[in-house]
Amino acid sequence: MDSPPQTTPETLQRLEETTEFQHLRRSFRGFAFPVTAAFLLWYLLYVLLSSYAPDFMGTTVFGHVNVALVMGLLQFASTFAIAAWYARYAGRRLDPPAAELRERHAGEAVVNPREAAE
Amino acid sequence: MTTTTLLATSASEHRTLTMSLFGVFVLATLGITIWAGRQTKDAADFYAGGRGFTGFQNGLAISGDYMSAASFLGIAGAIALYGYDGFLYSIGFLVAWLVALLLVAEPLRNSGRYTMADVLAFRMRQRPVRTAAGVSTIVVSIFYLLAQMVGAGSLVALLLGVSGDGAKRWTIVAVGALMVIYVAVGGMKGTTWVQIVKAVLLIAGTALMTVLVLAKYHFNPSALLGAAADASGKGSAFLEPGLKYGATGTTKLDFISLGIALVLGTAGLPHILVRFYTVPTARAARKSVLWAIGIIGGFYLMTLALGFGAAALVGPRTIKASNAAGNTAAPLLAEQLGGGAGTTGGAVLLAVISAVAFATILAVVAGLTLASSASFAHDLWANVIRRGRASEKEEVTSAKLAAVAIGAIAILLSIFADKLNAAALVALAFAVAASANLPTLLYSLFWKRFTTAGAVASVYAGLITSVTLVIFSPVVSGKPTSLFPHSDFQWFPLENPGLVSIPVGFLAGWIATLLSRRPADPAKYAELEVRSLTGLGAH
Repeated sequence: MDSPPQTTPETLQRLEETTEFQHLRRSFRGFAFPVTAAFLLWYLLYVLLSSYAPDFMGTTVFGHVNVALVMGLLQFASTFAIAAWYARYAGRRLDPPAAELRERHAGEAVVNPREAAE
Repeated sequence: MTTTTLLATSASEHRTLTMSLFGVFVLATLGITIWAGRQTKDAADFYAGGRGFTGFQNGLAISGDYMSAASFLGIAGAIALYGYDGFLYSIGFLVAWLVALLLVAEPLRNSGRYTMADVLAFRMRQRPVRTAAGVSTIVVSIFYLLAQMVGAGSLVALLLGVSGDGAKRWTIVAVGALMVIYVAVGGMKGTTWVQIVKAVLLIAGTALMTVLVLAKYHFNPSALLGAAADASGKGSAFLEPGLKYGATGTTKLDFISLGIALVLGTAGLPHILVRFYTVPTARAARKSVLWAIGIIGGFYLMTLALGFGAAALVGPRTIKASNAAGNTAAPLLAEQLGGGAGTTGGAVLLAVISAVAFATILAVVAGLTLASSASFAHDLWANVIRRGRASEKEEVTSAKLAAVAIGAIAILLSIFADKLNAAALVALAFAVAASANLPTLLYSLFWKRFTTAGAVASVYAGLITSVTLVIFSPVVSGKPTSLFPHSDFQWFPLENPGLVSIPVGFLAGWIATLLSRRPADPAKYAELEVRSLTGLGAH
């Protein structure tokens, strides 16, 4: 069940120039772009170390656990941490302004009921 | 060879058990499919499951779509045989989800409707962009599909203890027929529920085995690692990178190429992208990725225990004798954990894990068929061939017919290509997705000046480069393990083309945009941006 588009393209295009929207876009890009660059570099570092620094990766940390395994598990940990960080950031800095813009400019159209329930 | 016979004997004795467990799964999912089919009334139901799933449900379904046979059987086997180098796959497969979470899931949910092409064509001329995106969706899905079907054929034959090409072919045909029924009857609603059931089964089975393995080592992972290293015959090198990819400069480059393809491929896989349309809002799409990251991450951590457990308890020699690629490591481990070959406990656990493996293959195959037939109907048929004049009903009917056709193509190709290596095919699908789909998707969403010419160039350049490089790689010819071991026309040294073809995809989009005669439409981009960030006007 698709609800019909609630706003005209013109409304959306006008909205793009508002300070509120510019601010929302900055909040999104200011988080998503640098964090993406950072985790890709961190992953690349891990891949390069695995290929070209096997001796370092083979260093024992304790028991049978070596640096390679710890680095691998750190990739898991950083993935979980970044996901949680983004969830928190989006809930505080992206969802409220997006909801406000949506409510203010959906205008005469009814707000999607499933959206309200979610 | 004795071990193969042992497994085959014990498997055939208890084949009835495996078959009845699998039969229960098939009956239950067919029931769900018929129920879902009755609820499916319009195109949004068929393509997007009515957009009524919750973030948690869709997170489970995404995990179901993503944890393919390659993950469950392939990674456990790779770890059991190559130790640490097998683990590298899981890391790439998991980190890739951050690209989907941060850059793709929410904007896609807000700006698209049914397919990936909806987003790519949003601010472009419809026909050329939809054609390109439709073609690349179908190519990626067929490669991925082929990998699953080939894997299904050889695995099923081995697990059920049936041998010979005839049995293998019938298995492939049966799997193909079932998947067509799931898709044509149940649409996205039915397929999503099949994924959810499968994900729960797979996680329960994996968790059970993980606990059993760790219990053998008094829940001391270091002791498990030590035992695995000892049993591997390679000592501490088994726990270090390099066993598989460390040999020469070329294999090291190949590893980097694989690593890049894995991390950038996920966010360009059409069957994963369409899952974001099954939830009502961008926020729910975000939640589903968060759940998926948790579930998939937990699953990959458990495959670590399974892989090292199989190395320690079953031993690489036994695993290799059963399947050279290690694909049967997990089932063999199950048998061992249940009490060993010939015991009732061993047979029961083997039967349970085999049934889970079947369910896995079947569900992934259904997801892929749905994504590619939806793209055929919505992009190629309705928008390109019929130029938007097709009714919704006609569109859904053509999607169902396309599902039958794609199922038939996959069955035929799998029967002729069953010598192909399943893992290489999956990695190839990731490389093609990362080269053809991801650059276009990111440019469309985030680059204001991106043009129709840029979109078309980046899809085709990524697609053609990646497929061509594979054809002239050692995967296809020139090596004993190649598809055509007796011919030699390879000149590209890497097995994975990502290192070259992904930059080509990005560059082509950039250059073609700069050279475009028609500039981008800034108003359309403004509309896309507001819609993707706020959800205003979203379907």
